[in-house]
Amino acid sequence: MKLLIKNGHVVDARTKRDGIFDILIDEGKIVEIGKDLEVGSNCDYIDAAGKYVIPGLVDAHCHLRDPGYEYKEDIESGSASAAMGGFTSIACMPNTNPCIDNQEVVKYIINKAKQEAYVNVYPIGAITKGQKGEELAEIGELKFAGAVAISDDGKPVKSSSLMKKALQYASMFDITVISHCEDLDLVEDGVMNEGYQSTVMGLRGIPSVAESIMVARDLLLAEYTNTPIHIAHVSTETSVELIRFAKKRGVKVTAETCPHYFSLTEEACEGFNTMAKVNPPLRTKKDVEAIIEGLKDSTIDVIATDHAPHHEDEKNVEFNMAASGMVGFETALSLVVTNLVNPGILTIEQVVEKMCLNPSRILGLNKGVLEVGRTADITIFDVNEERIIDVNKFKSKSKNSPFDKFKLKGVVYHTIVNGKVVVREKVLL
Amino acid sequence: MSLKGKDLLGLRHLTKEEIEYILDIAKTMKLVLLSNNKKTPHLQGKSVVTLFYENSTRTRLSFELASKYMGASSANIAASSSSVAKGESLIDTARTIDQMGTDVIVIRHPMAGAPALIAKNVKAAVINAGDGMNEHPTQALLDIFTIIEKKGSLKGLKVAIIGDIYHSRVARSNIWGMTKLGAEVCVAGPATLLPPQLEMTGVKVYSTVQEALIDADVVMGLRIQLERQKSGLFPSLREYSRFFGLDEKRLKLAKKDVLLLHPGPVNRGVELTTSIIDGEHSLINEQVTNGVAVRMALLYLLTRKGDSIEAVN
Repeated sequence: MKLLIKNGHVVDARTKRDGIFDILIDEGKIVEIGKDLEVGSNCDYIDAAGKYVIPGLVDAHCHLRDPGYEYKEDIESGSASAAMGGFTSIACMPNTNPCIDNQEVVKYIINKAKQEAYVNVYPIGAITKGQKGEELAEIGELKFAGAVAISDDGKPVKSSSLMKKALQYASMFDITVISHCEDLDLVEDGVMNEGYQSTVMGLRGIPSVAESIMVARDLLLAEYTNTPIHIAHVSTETSVELIRFAKKRGVKVTAETCPHYFSLTEEACEGFNTMAKVNPPLRTKKDVEAIIEGLKDSTIDVIATDHAPHHEDEKNVEFNMAASGMVGFETALSLVVTNLVNPGILTIEQVVEKMCLNPSRILGLNKGVLEVGRTADITIFDVNEERIIDVNKFKSKSKNSPFDKFKLKGVVYHTIVNGKVVVREKVLL
Repeated sequence: MSLKGKDLLGLRHLTKEEIEYILDIAKTMKLVLLSNNKKTPHLQGKSVVTLFYENSTRTRLSFELASKYMGASSANIAASSSSVAKGESLIDTARTIDQMGTDVIVIRHPMAGAPALIAKNVKAAVINAGDGMNEHPTQALLDIFTIIEKKGSLKGLKVAIIGDIYHSRVARSNIWGMTKLGAEVCVAGPATLLPPQLEMTGVKVYSTVQEALIDADVVMGLRIQLERQKSGLFPSLREYSRFFGLDEKRLKLAKKDVLLLHPGPVNRGVELTTSIIDGEHSLINEQVTNGVAVRMALLYLLTRKGDSIEAVN
């Protein structure tokens, strides 16, 4: 059956389309984009009047916890959560158990996703075996099995020498290296940003330089080896400045940040709120401003979720003991709309760039564009409608969000994956 | 008047009036403590459990005696000999204690925020007896009580806190409490033992002990822990003592009638010389006595919420 999306405000960053159009989908592909297309016989129909119609969101950074930690999330629940948030393609990090450091785990995820997933799922392989930072993983085999990038996310590659080799070796296979930048020597046993808030709460701090120093190292390694690098979850002002500097020098760097780094500061930890414990930690107002500036001037290319589900028992404990991370799929677009689009910081086209086109390019996916002939991955949302976040309604197995009860604008109405409607009128089908 | 919260987790979130109210009741309790018959009935029919995840001599004994003097049933749990050693979570342990009809749980824990966590999960009143580097409110209250006993008020006094501020919950609680009561608080310590942006709390931060001591009305030395040296925060106890240790000569920079406090236990010859520990300015022994009075006051207040102060007089 065909599907016609009528009268939506279509925005696409690659083709620069921006206006009221209809989109006709047949056999999973976009077959026509135009004005006043007729609803023919045997054709399903979505009225998108008053709403934005954009390429399906692509998340370059999430944790699906499958295999190994299915009590937090699995491919089915994680992809359901993604679909509710308007994501049609998601790339999952390798810190599973066993970790995605060999082709068998890549195949397991791809096969399981084929059977259970609501959206396209792409595994990210490890840089080093067991993410131990000692020996390179079988990067070529990971790539040929279907991994879209490599990362030791959750941990840095501590050895500069090994990181240099990883960049050189990965570039041979044209696979992106995503770096989790953190100098563990500087982190010591810190649990939140080092600053005024850690001082008054008596918690050990993670200095912002623990991130920036590693960003600097990896930028220098990428420049030296003339290879691409993608910097994950940028959270500090100095990281943004270093990336800006490296881009000026022609370093092949791309960078991402996450909604919580432009929406919250370290003050969210007040009252020992473990929902606000995340790594890298929430920083200061000055950092938030720099992240926003970096998004505006395209120093930061991508907004990713770093969706990191954790069980209630891992959060309802002493702050020091609590797991780091927050779920993100079901709040990401609303935070972008509320904190970036409505205040006039980013246009919808720039949002499409950072949440569709750029992540798709970095991961080498043929996604993130609305044009005839493409697979129909489409997100339809309302920027004016307000909602109150209720974590208990999340499709994710985990409810660890610091945004519970927040009043946000921006509501996902429909999510279409490979031409199939998976979320319709805000309901998962 | 009564305390607003069910618990005493720290001085940061108490008002000036609440602090003064506690100190007022403590004055009465001190009279009881110094009297010939130390038994009072104010906690009769109440139960107090001390749950200590860290070692303690004075704080723990002080709470136990305070509850016994007032007729409470009391029990104590040492983490090493309980189900904690079997891996029971803090919340589960606290709920178990709560279910046994406990009125007050006094907790000491190595992690900041642990008392706040259990307070949210139990009906009992929770008293923080020290949580990580966060707060040690009863210690600060007894310090403040001791100063007010001698000086009448904290208003306008210059208080110098010297030593390892970074790791000190005593320093944090005192900073909150003393600044609320109008003292001018100065701190000095090695740069590696000062927490970042401390001046935003309203204290003056000095890098030499001399600057902090000039014309001080009160000097408080903090304990230096040897393990800090191993983690590279300062080179040796000898060097620490040379630049930040308190002795008779340095104490002369302060006012003539300066009061010397230390939360104990003291490393004699490191942060304070023996001669000043046992000297005329030292209030270290009074601090211990006052600790019992302050804790009696808190146990009373948290078990008799809403009752008027007259009840105790």
